Amino acid sequence: MSTWLETFFVQNGLIVAFLTVAVIMLVASFISRHLTKKKIPDSAVAIVLGLILAYVGGKISSGNKGIADVSIFSGFGLMGGAMFRDFAVVSTAMGASFDEIRKSGLIGLLSLFIGVAGTFAVGAGLAVAFGYTDAKSITTIAAGACTFIVGPITGAAIGAESHIIAISIAAGVVKSILVTIATPALARSIGLNNSQAAMAYGGLMGTTSGVAAGLAATDPKLVPYGAMTATFYTGLGCLLCPSVLYYLVTLATR
Amino acid sequence: MTIYGLGLLAACFLAGQLIGEVLGRLIGIDANVGGVGFAMILLILANDKLQRKDLMPAATQQGILFWSALYIPVIVAMSATQNVVGAFSGGLMAVVAGTIPTAAMFFLIPVLSRMRQPKEKKS
Repeated sequence: MSTWLETFFVQNGLIVAFLTVAVIMLVASFISRHLTKKKIPDSAVAIVLGLILAYVGGKISSGNKGIADVSIFSGFGLMGGAMFRDFAVVSTAMGASFDEIRKSGLIGLLSLFIGVAGTFAVGAGLAVAFGYTDAKSITTIAAGACTFIVGPITGAAIGAESHIIAISIAAGVVKSILVTIATPALARSIGLNNSQAAMAYGGLMGTTSGVAAGLAATDPKLVPYGAMTATFYTGLGCLLCPSVLYYLVTLATR
Repeated sequence: MTIYGLGLLAACFLAGQLIGEVLGRLIGIDANVGGVGFAMILLILANDKLQRKDLMPAATQQGILFWSALYIPVIVAMSATQNVVGAFSGGLMAVVAGTIPTAAMFFLIPVLSRMRQPKEKKS
């Protein structure tokens, strides 16, 4: 592309992202209506299209921020970044009821501890099954199974090797993509149709991006409840993984 | 005015995120602990209070509702910036560690959401 045109699109990056996403939504709604007969909601199709775009962008640029690494689409970095995402998530609280949250607050709290400890335990078991024997690697991989933030923070805190940290980040990203895609497909069979279930779900899954996208594709009304608990998960994971859980792993591997 | 609603949302967002940052620092970890959650609780409470006092006209609400209507497009943009290539290049260990524990937790959702059932007999 000629340089002045590229500069033009880069300078208006955020607006380019607005337009591109609008087109994605339009295409998604067409696919949902005509190719899946509305069986797959348009938001789910749009999110999958986004993931495909991220794959293409990653292949073209060999960066790690998906389509945002392609210069004319750099505005995606801002529009899809943590600031805009969290701002939009908070705004959904307008439709949430405080009573509902208070009623199932305890289940939300319980789901957080079960979510972090359970995911860590299964992750640690798998790391052992894959032949890792040192406590640092096992802990870091298991922490990566929690979220792609808990993994590297834990790995850095306990001094794991960098390729192990890379695996832990990748595991967290795989999880976030899996939660995004699997949630709308499994929502009915796991009873994810009320605010309590959404709070338990947010605490068990924990990956804010996956939970936010998965619930958006399932039922936007549930988003605030899932996001509410999920937002505490990464913090709890960063607290427990490099401390108590790491200690337990060192005991087990001794 | 629409901007009042946007301002209220911004105030709740910043206050909540700040609480999350401070909480993270207090317990000594390099992460925001529940910032979004605190911001949401603040917004719910503020909205409730203002509506009771009739201080939330439709135009003001519009400043917040605009953002919640943009929620899905923002999530689509976020999906498009995920490191999908990286997720597959972490090898089998990463794929297995990302899927199996998550699948296990999925099965616990009905267990946890059923736990409240006895209390909710009235429906």
